[in-house]
Amino acid sequence: MSAHADNHAHDDDHGLHHHKETFITKYIFSQDHKMIAKQYLVTATILGVVAVVLSMMMRMQLAWPEEPNVIFEALLGKWAPDGVMDADIYLALVTIHGTLMVFFVLTGGLSGTFSNLLIPLQIGARDMASGFLNMVSYWLFFLSGVIMVGSLFVEAGPAAAGWTIYPPLSALPMAQGGSGMGMTLWLVSMAFFIASSLLGSLNYIVTVINLRTKGMSMTRLPLTIWAFFVTAIIGVVSFPVLLSAALLLIMDRSFGTSFFLSDIFIQGEVLHYQGGSPVLFEHLFWFLGHPEVYIVLLPALGITSEVLATNSRKPIFGYRAMIASILAIAFLSTIVWGHHMFISGMNPFLGSVFTFTTLLIAIPSAVKSFNFITTLWKGNLQMNPAMLFSIGLVSTFITGGLTGIILGDSALDINVHDTYFVVAHFHLVMGISALYGMFAGIYHWYPKMFGRMLNKNLGYIHFWITAICAYGVFFPMHFIGMAGLPRRYYTNSNFPLFDDLANVNVVITLFALFGGLVQLIYLYNFFVSMFYGKKAVMNPWKSTTLEWTTPVEHVHGNWPGAIPHVYRWSYDYSKPGHDEDFVPQNVPLMEGEEELQH
Amino acid sequence: MTTLLTIIVLVFILVAIWQMIKIFDLAQTRTKGLTPEVATDKDNSLNGYLMIAFLVFIYAITIVCFVKYGDLPLTSNSASAHGPTIDNLMIITMFVIFFVQTITQFLLHYFAFKYKGEKGRKALFFADNNKLEAIWTIIPVIVLAGLVIYGLNTWISVMGVDESDDPLVVELYAQQFNWKARYAGADNTLGKANVRLIDIDRANILGLDESDPNAQDDIITTELHLPVGRPVLFKMRSQDVLHSAYMPHFRAQMNCVPGMITQFGFTPTVTTAEMRETPQMQEKITRINKIRVEKSKALIAKGEDALERYEFDYLLLCNKICGRSHYNMQMNIIVETQEEYDAWIAEQKEFKNSLLN
Repeated sequence: MSAHADNHAHDDDHGLHHHKETFITKYIFSQDHKMIAKQYLVTATILGVVAVVLSMMMRMQLAWPEEPNVIFEALLGKWAPDGVMDADIYLALVTIHGTLMVFFVLTGGLSGTFSNLLIPLQIGARDMASGFLNMVSYWLFFLSGVIMVGSLFVEAGPAAAGWTIYPPLSALPMAQGGSGMGMTLWLVSMAFFIASSLLGSLNYIVTVINLRTKGMSMTRLPLTIWAFFVTAIIGVVSFPVLLSAALLLIMDRSFGTSFFLSDIFIQGEVLHYQGGSPVLFEHLFWFLGHPEVYIVLLPALGITSEVLATNSRKPIFGYRAMIASILAIAFLSTIVWGHHMFISGMNPFLGSVFTFTTLLIAIPSAVKSFNFITTLWKGNLQMNPAMLFSIGLVSTFITGGLTGIILGDSALDINVHDTYFVVAHFHLVMGISALYGMFAGIYHWYPKMFGRMLNKNLGYIHFWITAICAYGVFFPMHFIGMAGLPRRYYTNSNFPLFDDLANVNVVITLFALFGGLVQLIYLYNFFVSMFYGKKAVMNPWKSTTLEWTTPVEHVHGNWPGAIPHVYRWSYDYSKPGHDEDFVPQNVPLMEGEEELQH
Repeated sequence: MTTLLTIIVLVFILVAIWQMIKIFDLAQTRTKGLTPEVATDKDNSLNGYLMIAFLVFIYAITIVCFVKYGDLPLTSNSASAHGPTIDNLMIITMFVIFFVQTITQFLLHYFAFKYKGEKGRKALFFADNNKLEAIWTIIPVIVLAGLVIYGLNTWISVMGVDESDDPLVVELYAQQFNWKARYAGADNTLGKANVRLIDIDRANILGLDESDPNAQDDIITTELHLPVGRPVLFKMRSQDVLHSAYMPHFRAQMNCVPGMITQFGFTPTVTTAEMRETPQMQEKITRINKIRVEKSKALIAKGEDALERYEFDYLLLCNKICGRSHYNMQMNIIVETQEEYDAWIAEQKEFKNSLLN
């Protein structure tokens, strides 16, 4: 305990010490977690715009397959002669859209922004455990993003083997144009990304364990911190496995090894590879790939817990059950990867095991959903834009999560595997849900990040139209999947069997285009409010957590004076016996007041 | 042209949104004394009602999708012996899902409406209740246990291959971007094969071992014919990248992996001719042909050829991204009576006779 106290004494000194900052140390090579969080957010926003534009082009291609399109001609150049999209570039759009969204926006962007911003502020620390590593982590992320976007301009085309980059397709340049330089850049970019993610995650873990302020026990932590903390642990456990898969793939591609390749005859010649197996790659990939879903989702759920409680003016329901379900999800997420491989040629008995573990995950997920809903019950709901996105998240999480019961069941997966049913499922449960979590976080903590408020009316319009479009896009998609339409088809017109799905595809595309364009309202709000938004007050949402005890104007070290001590858990909303409907964590217990045995 | 029209429509919609924002702004009462950009009672109330509207929207889109597209899904009319078991499991699971979906979405959105914030009201301080937590842990456990047991039974019965049934052994051979089928011939044993033995000049396109006696009577075809009622055991092979043999009407799918042989077995129960006569299929064919006639009109106007009339055939599709022409990697499957099948197979060349010297 004394070591703990010493730490704080040291931290307090640090907080008072202001060193001169130049433009470069303040805005570019900053080691301040708040600035790094903003850097992550802006970078992820830009990459997100690229990813959305790619998906819009995919949707236009699917709705109007053979028709020349001026947009294709303008954006794709030689890949769309006379405005007709090339089949190779379609697969590249699929691949890069998936990669950017999953890794760069919803992993780097979501965790990078909010773990960085909130961990020190909510646990009461001056900064991350290592500001320097934090800075390195961001710049590796930036570099990997630049390489990934740069790969779009490669002569033979960007990587086009799907975001899962299964070999041999991804390993053999003769199998696909995108498996040459494009895939090399993809792998290099991912290597940097993984390094960035690991540095970030280690920093988050160490910070949460060591730098909590006095009184901030683990069971007083806000659920955001629990979510970020556990997410970082999953990342540290599973990302290295993807790195190893990527390295082995690089070996196969460039140095003639046969980890994943065997007995291949392509373009008239037999290749020398012998003894490897693509199924091994699938195992390695999904050992990260499935936990990755929760790396994306848990922070969003953590943010939602915080936003729902604050805006319901109620404690989050079942705080300990929420922590238990986060831990259960994290543990189970590492033993379910095989449900992506039921029909990969893996032994059917293994399929049974993975079906069992996969359906187990539905239990903590159900607990979380019911706890969210009960948090609203008899609340006094403040419908701020962040609140709307959080309610929206619970809605899409349920809708998307439920169809997981079909996909996780190996017998049913046989028939819907790799169809649009899967596309609909994962976009709702992890894509849209995580995106809503991110938006909720942005609307909620924008005042903390930029000292100004986002326009709420633009926020309302942004939410409602996005919500309608998200369902409009992904709900009908389940049905074309159940009709047997495979995903990753450049056009469906070679199958008259699917002709009656064409009009569904047009409807989906119209919702998608509209939903995509509406994000411009958000971008306008985001960038304009940064300079012209209404000035924020210190605690606009009347929240209990420590970040709202810091001044609106950022100071290095977060608190100008001593770090506040914590006397209660983070959800004392509408506690009987208090005048205000919230009691910040740094307010000591009143005489005779008992802390809730949560 | 369509694109241009779409863009124009979208621009109009954006203008409409712009107007809406202005109306929202003008409708704002004086915000003096309030924290800027934080929801007021008015906002709470408006968004509370919108929550109910959104609930109605979710229900509506569900109903519309089921009514309009509900007959598209492959949840009925399967053509294999194990098909109905998978379909039953699917229907039961769907029923559970939609029951839970309807109730939870109702609770979520109704609470969001019912408890919309009002100044001066205090929320209920309700942080924990072990009984409730236990209830919504145990109920999913029971429901999922049922689904898991049912699902695993189905899975094991589908994936188990009973060699004593004397299944017809057929190899499905995948390559960028087409399928071949190899019948085992009179001995019902596939000859040894490896892509290293491929000799295009001698027309040994699947790399069969020419010295293997079992290979001599193998038959390689580009169309898959199956006799109705006889179990088939497919052995899948790929020569280049991953492919997936997807036969949706038979509820069958298995990846084709270079370097290894995978397998999947089923018994076709409905011939192609019978399937074409089923009411569901008739309806689907009529609907598709109506669409194709409409499309053809537009094509003829452009001076192009009209589309052919669609007639149903079972299909084998590639369902694992495999490169440029992944979207067009297909093979027809014809299920027919034993006599028709025998007549067809008798016409095909055996491997030993198909080699060039």
